[in-house]
Amino acid sequence: MPETSTEKRTSWRFLSYLPAVVKGLYNTFLHLIRAKGHKTFTIPYPEQRKPVREGFRGEHRLKKDELGREKCVACLMCQTVCPSQCIHIVAEEVPTEELWADRDKRPQSFEIDMLRCIYCGMCEEACPCDAIELTEKLYTVSTSRADMIYDKDKLLSN
Amino acid sequence: MKDIAFDAFRVVAIFGAVMSIIPLLVLAERRVCAFIQNRLGPNRVGPQGLLQPLADVLKLLFKEDVYPEKADRVLYTLGPFLAFAPVALSFAAIPVGRDLQMADLSVGVLFVLAITSLGVYGISFGGWASNNKYSLLGGIRSSAQIISYEIAMGLAIVAVLMVSGEIHLGKIVESQSGFAWNIWKQPLAFVIFLVAAFAENNRLPFDMAECESELVGGFHTEYSSMKFAMYFLGEYFAMVVMSALLVTLFLGGWDPGIFTLPDGWLGTALSIGVFLAKLSTILFLYIWVRWTLPRFRYDQLMRLGWKTLIPLAILNIVVTAVVIAIVD
Repeated sequence: MPETSTEKRTSWRFLSYLPAVVKGLYNTFLHLIRAKGHKTFTIPYPEQRKPVREGFRGEHRLKKDELGREKCVACLMCQTVCPSQCIHIVAEEVPTEELWADRDKRPQSFEIDMLRCIYCGMCEEACPCDAIELTEKLYTVSTSRADMIYDKDKLLSN
Repeated sequence: MKDIAFDAFRVVAIFGAVMSIIPLLVLAERRVCAFIQNRLGPNRVGPQGLLQPLADVLKLLFKEDVYPEKADRVLYTLGPFLAFAPVALSFAAIPVGRDLQMADLSVGVLFVLAITSLGVYGISFGGWASNNKYSLLGGIRSSAQIISYEIAMGLAIVAVLMVSGEIHLGKIVESQSGFAWNIWKQPLAFVIFLVAAFAENNRLPFDMAECESELVGGFHTEYSSMKFAMYFLGEYFAMVVMSALLVTLFLGGWDPGIFTLPDGWLGTALSIGVFLAKLSTILFLYIWVRWTLPRFRYDQLMRLGWKTLIPLAILNIVVTAVVIAIVD
């Protein structure tokens, strides 16, 4: 904004306000008709949604391997590193089948309290098997506190 | 008897029409404001948000009607009605179509000016009775402002009356037929009248009475529910009245200018259409200016009114008088 000189400030044109008013009206009219590159920034929400930024940390997901088993081996690394202590894993021994021969343990239950979670992503970083990750899902919605504790099935299907 | 019935019908029809313009005006205000600010505005209730005013009214109807503890209950109740009724009354004299007005008064201009001036009571009563310092300040400012700008407005109108030689609104319109609008003869009076009209209506850039950033809501800070709605209605009705007066005095009223109206009901209907078109243009200008200009400071407002507009208006009268004397 250039400074207005004293000479200009006392001129008749300046004091009548009229040139400035007309200029302002012209400017707002350009906005009104969306001319000169002015555009609407509003996103009509339920119909259109703002795309989630890459790397956004939303709800968790437990991954499965190509054999359809959950990748998690119940090492409790994520539970240990979790700063808000919202992960609760109960481990069990794997059945003595050929399918599970490569590991000792698997999670019997795997619960995450979404109300406590701070979405820091440290579980994802701590996991040695790349079994847990944060998805881009950001609508964590429920009508009860109990529903906000996601169990293994929910996390696997996320 | 038939005449009385027709008169009654006419009054109800015109009043109803104006009352239904106001919700549209409120919606237009919000939509235009939104578009000027690169937003969309209310567009959910009904197509393009057309039913939004209806929803607003419903909400206001169901809100609690709050009386502040130390308010003067009589004046507090009277305020909103005094803000609305005179303004609504003043529309009576304005010709909305060819030979079509609620009351055919021979002193139309004076009537409108006199009755709209009463609107200041509503605002100052509301401000006083609320027993709230912000309301009181708003009321005081508003009274001072309206009284000041009324002078400039009256003087601007005097010049118009001198040019047309009439004080009857219908005849003023007829004197402007064929594109001989008073705005061409009296451009300065037009500008003065326009500025004064903004100030009279407490519209931005002169909304010292509300002045959200300083006075919370000004005179209507304490009002809720339908009392608030009455103030709101009064404000927008006043806008319509002022715009209608402006159209009548300066823009040829219902006269289209470019073609002559046919006789009979078709001509009357066309004249109403022309009047509405001109009216909406001015109303759009009101909204457009509101969302463009920032608010004046109070002393700037008074300076503009007393030291610029009034001298200019007097000068305009003198020059007009001299020119008329020479031409005659």
